[in-house]
Order: sequence, then C-alpha cells, then structure tokens
Amino acid sequence: MERIFLFIYQYRAFFTFLVLELVAVWMFLENNQFQGARFFNSANSVAAAITGFSQNTADYFSLRQVNRALAEENARLRYELEKRNRQLENLSGATADSAIIKQFDFVTAKVVNNSVSRFTNFLTINKGSINGVEPGMAVISQAGVVGKVKVTSRNYSVVTSLLNVDVMISGVLKRTGHFGTVQWDGSDPDYIQLKYIPRHVKPLVGDTVITSGYSGVFPEGIFIGTIADVKLSKEAPFYLLTVKLAQDFRSLSWVTVIRNRLLPELDSLEVRVPDFQ
Amino acid sequence: MNRFGVFQIALFVVYLLVQVVVLKNAVFFHTAFCFLYIGYLLRLPVETNHMALIGVGFGMGLLVDVFYDSLGLHTMACVLIMYLRPYWLSLLTPQGGYDSGAMPGIGQFGLQWYLVYATPLVVLHLSVLFFTEAGGFEYFWITVGKIGASALYTLLVLVMVDVFFTGSKR
Repeated sequence: MERIFLFIYQYRAFFTFLVLELVAVWMFLENNQFQGARFFNSANSVAAAITGFSQNTADYFSLRQVNRALAEENARLRYELEKRNRQLENLSGATADSAIIKQFDFVTAKVVNNSVSRFTNFLTINKGSINGVEPGMAVISQAGVVGKVKVTSRNYSVVTSLLNVDVMISGVLKRTGHFGTVQWDGSDPDYIQLKYIPRHVKPLVGDTVITSGYSGVFPEGIFIGTIADVKLSKEAPFYLLTVKLAQDFRSLSWVTVIRNRLLPELDSLEVRVPDFQ
Repeated sequence: MNRFGVFQIALFVVYLLVQVVVLKNAVFFHTAFCFLYIGYLLRLPVETNHMALIGVGFGMGLLVDVFYDSLGLHTMACVLIMYLRPYWLSLLTPQGGYDSGAMPGIGQFGLQWYLVYATPLVVLHLSVLFFTEAGGFEYFWITVGKIGASALYTLLVLVMVDVFFTGSKR
C-alpha cells in the first residue's frame, strides 16, 4: 500500500495531468451530446455581461445600417398586414380556427455574442427562459433563417447558428417545390449547401431556397438564400447546390425567436407512427 | 500573498480579458485566430511547480471556454501543453542552466531561443484545438490551413507583445 502511495507521489504531475485532461475531455463530450453544463457557457450572466459590453460598443458602428434594415422590414410588414386584413375581410363569412391564426409567437432579441469562423458556431441572445424562450425554438432575422435555440438561462440563450456543421434543416426549392437538406460545409460563412435534390430537377442559379416547415420548428416559407452554384457529377444521384445565404451572419444584431404553439401536437402525432422519420 | 503573486493574478485577468473581448473578434479570413492567452502560460517562471502549471492551464482554458462556448476544448489543449512544458524547457536549457526566477521570454533568452521554445507548443495547442473542434480528420486540409495561419498570427502577436512590454535587453 505504501509503495502505491509512493508511486503516485513520485508521478504526481503526471496523475494531475491525467485527471484534469480527462475532466476536460468529459466536459467537451458532455457539453456536445447532452447540451448539459448549463453554467459554463456564454449564457451565464457574468460572461454575457462582459461580451454584451463589447458587443454594445461595436453596435454603434452599425446603427445606421440596422436602422435602414428595420425601416425596410417595417414597411414590408405593414404591407403584409394590410394584405392579410383584406383577405380576412373577404373570408369573413367562414369561421377561422383561432389556434391556427395564432400558431406562431414571436420574441425579438438582441445578439450579444456571435461567431462565424469556427466549424461549430453559436450566438448568444439577450432573451431567456423568463421571456418564454425554450431550447429547440427557431431563430430568424429579417433577412432569413439564423438557427435554433440550444440552451437558455434566465435572461440569455445560446443559439446554434446555421453555420454549424452539425445542424441540418429542411429546405425547399421555391420554383420547383422539391425539398432537400441544408447543411454547412464549414468553409465559407457566406455560402451553405443544399443536398439531396434529385437529378431530374433542373435548379438554376438564382433560384430561391426557403424552409419547408416539415419539422414544425421553422414556419413554412422563411427565406434561406439563393442558389449561387449548381454542380452535378456524372454518377451522383443528387445535385450539390451552393446557396448564397440571405443573412450576412457577420453583421447579425437583432433576431426573432419563434415559438410554434402546435409543435407538441405535431410531434405527438408523428410519434404514434413507428419509423416515421 | 506576495507582490509577485498579485502581479501574476492581475496579468492572468488582463490576458483573459484581452483574449475574450478584443482578440475573439480579430479573426482574419475565418482561418487565422490569435490565441494570445497562450503567451501567459508560456511566460510563467521556469521554476513554477509542475502541478501548479497544470492547474493554471486548466483554469485559463476553462475560462476561455466559457466565453467561446466550447467547454472543454481550450482546457484540453492548455492542460496538455502545460504538462509538456517543463520537459520541453529542460531539453532547451541554455549553457549554465536557468537563473533563479527566470521567465521564458525574448528579453532573457533572445528571439531565436524563444521561437524554438514557443513554436512547437503553440502548434500542438492549435492542433488539439482545431482537430477536436472539427470532430476528427474529415476536414483535414481546412483544419491544417487554420492551424498554420493561426500559429503564424499567434506567434507574431506573442513576439510583439513580449518585445513591447519587456523590452529586448540583449
């Protein structure tokens, strides 16, 4: 027994190294697989306050641009609202289901931390569980899709960016109606890949790619981007399409979190069919 | 707590804040990252206790991870290079050995010695970081590009900071 202690003491530096390294590896795996470790991320209030301060300073330089974008969005929304109102007037005879009219809730949030350069990018926003944000909710900006909420604390949330090699969402070619999978290849933050569009479709450069709404997380028809490059190798069953993202992720400052009130219903329905996915 | 200890803690905080507030945003072409905080780990005194070195590496890595949302990633790399540092230093012992209280820096040992000392540790750190982040070797060449560019960038800033703040005495 004494010799074991002596042995451990002699190689104490090595054992310290071993233990701490294993702790680090464990934290890394745990954090990635189970979205655990709630405290040690940039949603914790001290870290968020520090990065929020530096982001605030940086924001002053993009105020003019943001103002313009918001004004444009306001104008567009007012137009949509009017259009919708008129449609409703025409339908006033029919009874609409209020659950479907109020299916989606919106929460506006400010980005306090953001990255675009890594393989797995995340952003932190200043709305948390207290504002009704929950893991799994969709996040969009006025230009298009941004990502999904990963973890929330009381006042902040971490969002898995679309620029993350682990994220896949369902996208549709608006012109033809064919759907595929949108996934980032980890190289250029301006472009993303659309996969599994079959050979017989004829996608063109400039075609619009939007969300399909199949997963129930994103509403149908949110803009993702436009096709910038079409590739089809000889034997491949599918196209490899490069999509120019509508949202410039480097200048992201305001986003909207979307909650789908009917998502639990959709999920519990699909669970009842074995092997649905 | 003596004055030296207080100074080291203050320096730790400064390196950490500069890293997470300033340098986190100073990334070039989405490939070249500057991890200046490695400089703090490299310049701890030569005779620092081996276990203390590993502990400081763990703490620095963990705090950087909190801000980068990459829990465990920087910690892993830091603990590894801090474990290897004393062995590497003993291989590089100059003639006559290290003076007591010596800190590995350009001021005391010269630029050439410093580069020989720092380059392998920085490259090892970045390799662990980027390959783990990429989840293996699937994106091999992109990752190698990131490591190369980031190593050059980090070393350049390390040398500039060292020369600027300690002044070359040789």
